Amino acid sequence: MSAPVIAAQGLTKTFGDLTAVAGIDFEVPPGESFGLLGPNGAGKSTTMRMVGAVSSRTSGSLTVLGLDPETHGPEIRSQLGVVPQEDNLDTELRVRDNLIVYGRYFGLPRRLCATRADELLTFAQLEDKARAKVDDLSGGMKRRLTIARALINEPRILMLDEPTTGLDPQARHVLWDRLFRLKERGTTLVLTTHYMDEAEQLCDRLVVVDHGRIMAEGSPASLIREYSTREVVELRFGSDHNASAAAQLEGAAQRVEVLPDRVLLYTDDGEGLLERVAHLGLHPTTSLVRRSSLEDVFLRLTGRSLIE
Amino acid sequence: MTVVEPMTEAAIRGAERPRRFGALYIAEHQVRAMRAYGWTIVVTAVGSPLVYLLGIGLGLAAFIDQPVASGTAGPVDYVWFVAPALLAAAAVGVALDEFTYVVMAGFKWRRIFWGMNASPVSPEQICTGLILSVGARILFTTTAYYALMLAFGAVGNPWAGLAMPFVGLLAGLAFGLPLLAYSASLKDDGGQFAVVQRFIFTPLFLFSGTFYPLDSVPAWLQWIGWVSPLWHASELGRDLSYGTSGGWPWWTHLAVLLVMAGVGWVLARRTFVGRLRG
Repeated sequence: MSAPVIAAQGLTKTFGDLTAVAGIDFEVPPGESFGLLGPNGAGKSTTMRMVGAVSSRTSGSLTVLGLDPETHGPEIRSQLGVVPQEDNLDTELRVRDNLIVYGRYFGLPRRLCATRADELLTFAQLEDKARAKVDDLSGGMKRRLTIARALINEPRILMLDEPTTGLDPQARHVLWDRLFRLKERGTTLVLTTHYMDEAEQLCDRLVVVDHGRIMAEGSPASLIREYSTREVVELRFGSDHNASAAAQLEGAAQRVEVLPDRVLLYTDDGEGLLERVAHLGLHPTTSLVRRSSLEDVFLRLTGRSLIE
Repeated sequence: MTVVEPMTEAAIRGAERPRRFGALYIAEHQVRAMRAYGWTIVVTAVGSPLVYLLGIGLGLAAFIDQPVASGTAGPVDYVWFVAPALLAAAAVGVALDEFTYVVMAGFKWRRIFWGMNASPVSPEQICTGLILSVGARILFTTTAYYALMLAFGAVGNPWAGLAMPFVGLLAGLAFGLPLLAYSASLKDDGGQFAVVQRFIFTPLFLFSGTFYPLDSVPAWLQWIGWVSPLWHASELGRDLSYGTSGGWPWWTHLAVLLVMAGVGWVLARRTFVGRLRG
């Protein structure tokens, strides 16, 4: 088996009294698409910064590409592509020039930067925007340009921090499609997200992080199998009645969760359960049977919803 | 025996050039970005000396009967006295522009320093690269200034004066690098830059022996000149232009400027590291 591209043991980061990352262990083999799923403030970005060799760890061990970020920051960063949470494109340069100057940071010759810039603009579906000003691009286009910029050095690991936050659904799908292509080419992807659909779409394997700790680890499907049921029934009785209805439903499903706006019933047979609810004389204003998602896994593990 | 993975080897190779030339890559980026306001740079570099030299050399000088300064060959024209100081002030002006709002933009508004930071280039190199690019702009400005001074006959010794653009560069860095360290430490612009402009730059410009010799101001105000890179650079420039007698020896001015720039550089690098490697 080939050596992992990232290996962390007991990785810890504290800022004064605050423990952002509380001793986490994980490994990422080459070519895998690995996700860190968790709410804001869970320690995902801090972990990414340590892996990205721009923030030192407090304790534990970490190797990236077999090197210690503490002593070999430039070496590690030469092989990474980083897509930050907030775009940091240079708005004083045109689209294509953003790629070229970035390639220069890796010591690439100007001509090679120019060739790659043109290829990447095609990949990012921005070829007709090469001469445009960055500020004239839409949010989705800026994200794609940021990803193109992260690929200028043909990185072994592409790190994406909340890649689609703030994008509309169509722009997200375009972006996912591009990332999927990279995955097919064998690029190792490491991404953080608080969107479970994104994690399901893109990650081969993920860890669920909360309060700086790993709560669970596995593929999206195995996590759902392990921590949730096949189906979920969502019932809304109106905010004043949800709790009392849930009390009546106790025992009807494998698990019952009461959220402020709805009641979730975990079961392997959603339609059957819905019938039983009707027999009990309960009449929800709306009802929905759906498959379990990572959101349910997260709720089960932490008792909280991913998106507050 | 440990086997070095190919991926590790590639990483070690990949950092060779950035470790050596990172600061130059940053400077290259910044100079490219300056093209966006290239006209402003050219117009200020050429326009401001034109206005000052015309206004003072042809206007104000006509009213000054009494010589304010003497060189090795006796009293000198007022415009000879004032021109080296104006050149230094122009350099400091560029530093004031580039080492305030541009730095805030890099860390906060456009966040481009964070983008650079994710590449193999180090925070120290980002800092130094920025300084190199601003240094290039200062040198362009002071060279243009000197060319116009020659055209206006505002220089005593044109050959020795050739060093004046570099004295200007040093003035810009002596003022600019401590300022860069300060700007890089600010999380927000709450008007601090306007304060620097009005309550530091303007008094320095007025009390650094720019328009009249420093020893003609009351003794209790002269210290402003002693701590001002502008005064030291002006005196050095005058020495180059027409040679001065008495006062501080030329090398003390040079030493003060070098120390200010050096301390500023160290502090600025440290601030960049602290900020980018939290």
